Amino acid sequence: MSASAADRAGRRRLLFALPLLAFVGVGAFLALGLGRDPSQLPSALVGREAPDFALPPLEGRDEHGLSRADLGGGRPMLVNFWASWCVPCRVEHPILDRLARDGVTIQGVNHKDMPDKARAFLEELGDPYDLVGSDRQGRVSIDWGVYGVPETYLLDGQGRIRYRHVGPLQERDLKKLLPMLEEAR
Amino acid sequence: MIAELGHFTLVLAMVVAFLQGTLPLWGAARRQAPLVELAPAAALLQFTLVTLAFLALLNAHLASDFSLAIVYQNSHSTKPLLYKFSGVWGNHEGSLVLWVWILALFGAAVALFGRNLPRPFKARVLAVQGLIGLGFLAFSLFTSNPFARLDPAPLDGLGLNPILQDPGLAFHPPMLYLGYVGFSTAYSFAMAALIEGRVDAGWARWVRPWTLAAWMALTLGIALGSWWAYYTLGWGGFWFWDPVENASFMPWLAGTALLHSAIVVEKRDTLKSWTILLAILTFSLALLGTFLVRSGVLTSVHAFATDPSRGVFVLALLGIAVGGSLALYAWRAPALQGGGAFAPVSREGALLLNNLLLATATATVLLGTLYPLLLDGLGGPKISVGPPFFNATFLPLMVPLLVALPAGSMIAWKRGDLPGVLSRLGLAAAGTVAVLLAAALLADTRSTLGLMGFAAGAWVLLGSLNELAVRAGFFQVHPARAWRRLKGLPRSAFSMSLAHMGLGVLILGITATATGQTERILAMRPGETVALAGYEVTLASVEQVQGPNYAARRGTFAVQRNGAPVTTVHSEKRFFPVESMPVTKPGIHSTLLRDLYFVLGDPNSDGAWAVRLYHNPLVFWMWGGAGLMGLAGLVSLTDRRLRVGAPVPARGSRAATA
Repeated sequence: MSASAADRAGRRRLLFALPLLAFVGVGAFLALGLGRDPSQLPSALVGREAPDFALPPLEGRDEHGLSRADLGGGRPMLVNFWASWCVPCRVEHPILDRLARDGVTIQGVNHKDMPDKARAFLEELGDPYDLVGSDRQGRVSIDWGVYGVPETYLLDGQGRIRYRHVGPLQERDLKKLLPMLEEAR
Repeated sequence: MIAELGHFTLVLAMVVAFLQGTLPLWGAARRQAPLVELAPAAALLQFTLVTLAFLALLNAHLASDFSLAIVYQNSHSTKPLLYKFSGVWGNHEGSLVLWVWILALFGAAVALFGRNLPRPFKARVLAVQGLIGLGFLAFSLFTSNPFARLDPAPLDGLGLNPILQDPGLAFHPPMLYLGYVGFSTAYSFAMAALIEGRVDAGWARWVRPWTLAAWMALTLGIALGSWWAYYTLGWGGFWFWDPVENASFMPWLAGTALLHSAIVVEKRDTLKSWTILLAILTFSLALLGTFLVRSGVLTSVHAFATDPSRGVFVLALLGIAVGGSLALYAWRAPALQGGGAFAPVSREGALLLNNLLLATATATVLLGTLYPLLLDGLGGPKISVGPPFFNATFLPLMVPLLVALPAGSMIAWKRGDLPGVLSRLGLAAAGTVAVLLAAALLADTRSTLGLMGFAAGAWVLLGSLNELAVRAGFFQVHPARAWRRLKGLPRSAFSMSLAHMGLGVLILGITATATGQTERILAMRPGETVALAGYEVTLASVEQVQGPNYAARRGTFAVQRNGAPVTTVHSEKRFFPVESMPVTKPGIHSTLLRDLYFVLGDPNSDGAWAVRLYHNPLVFWMWGGAGLMGLAGLVSLTDRRLRVGAPVPARGSRAATA
């Protein structure tokens, strides 16, 4: 009799402790959530082959466009989506220039841009690109799942997408990017 | 110099908050009267100090002192005065100072107006308020110092986000904070009751006005935010189930449940530990809202502070405040004397149903808000939970709540007579059927959800009117006598009916706007006329205009109905050069029955302009309904019963005139 009463009291205690237990669970997840960056958008293409495409060259820059066949080929590279009208592209450009000087291969996709303005942009700020494809309609960007310019993809030697960076590349992003380039070799 | 004084008074306020949070607790436990008496004095002193700090910050903004980091980052010398004023809280650091100031305001109000509270109880309440203040003052001073200086001082500021330069938004945060922070008093009352291990009718009577005041402010704050979203974001939406909106809506739902359950404690002396839990949860949800907005775990238009170190601090605060109170609850609440069981068909049974549904609704919104975070924490994909989830889960919970509301507000305590109540609601039922038929015939939409919404809104509105009429005896006695009786009813009775009527009006407005909107998106050349829901809309002209701190392209729309001019509406696309940001100002013409809502977009290459034209029925009813609910809170607060309090003060009743 008294055992069952104690039992009941215990269960009652547990009932009153339930809100606390629930809160501890939720709190743990909130703590986990703090370490994450909500603006980070993982690409659905990470780990997959880059989509197939063939783009005409940027008029007046060179004769060779950019196509799927130019990606991979045994060396890791960056594919950078940019436009002359995009202010953040201007911000990240010095970093691309530096990466190119350090021997990183960067392929450019010129997104919804006028060729003369794009050329003027490269003349003014430097041309870090190995090849540039002109995506006047923005179709290729859609296939890649580009969210807005600038956006940069890291591809390994087999042409598989390893990483996607949304927004302008900044100094602090290199800490993450450079080891990944090394690793993709 | 003034800024440094402000900083110093904020530090002093933290010291005072520490004393206020510790000594009176000790004094109340050890029966040391001087320490108990310290609590109200400390609360008033803390309020004075935080007020001085707030004024110093205000001064820096009004004087455009760009040597202060937050003024530099959020203000500009050409900004209109109103926004220099509201700019004080239009940023993370300043809004925290506002938070703390409102907290101190409530503490001071308890110290001043809580004259009928037993001294040790009041000391404990104020001590808990002091501890909350300590946590937030520390947060402000250690992670987000509002008085940080810049050296050298810049010549001019960066400007305030143009989207925030709006009169509606100037008052949205203070209102919302009054609501959020106001629930801290309910929390402090609950903690004090747990410490003392005693909850009775008197407790419920003390806690209700504070809850009511907070609830009222939160209602108006949410409505202001929604109104702002409606007329600024430019596509006629008013509620997006955005995580930050949910963060304000959850304390509102829990606070509404608390208001109702406190009545049961007061009248029937039961449901005590549940009410205590609700008081804790309501403020916890308000804190969670602060956490979600301030820590940057979510991306949102509201997230102007995304700094993980601040996030850790808020999370620690949240852990202490919520975890601590729930631990105290787990320890002390089982010892609370429970009331007896009660009949399901009774007023208390109806209020319990209300609480069950509101609590479930709160949990639903909480789940929808936190689920993306939980999934992300588990390493799952990044997702967002949007309106379809809430429409599928939240709305069905509201159906039984609204159906039961008119009957529940009429049924008697202890043992109710449901058939009798239902028979007295015949008029409301007939009216609801009429509205339902009218909606089915008149409205373009045949959506079931829309018809249900109209029926629910009409039922709640007419049911509340019916309830008032029955109470005054309009169906039994001579109308003149019933009228006199109506005028003699206590204000609390009026406020209940008024709040429920407001809810009905609100539901009608939401339903009409959500299901009856007419939308036309097209390209128009100046001079061109199109038809929109029975109106003829002409894009009369598009011209350049210059505002105080922006340049704008203004489209003028002339509206006619059957050839007769109705109105002229301007929609602008403003460009703010300092912030280099465009902002769309829709042109809105409102009447009681509909809003015409026009947005001028970008020009096409062929000289036509992209425009969006909306006809939104009954939009005003949404704001009006929320306003009625707020007014109802005010009416109830002026009821004598609340001011006199349970134990009548021995000498005079100064509280009654306060």
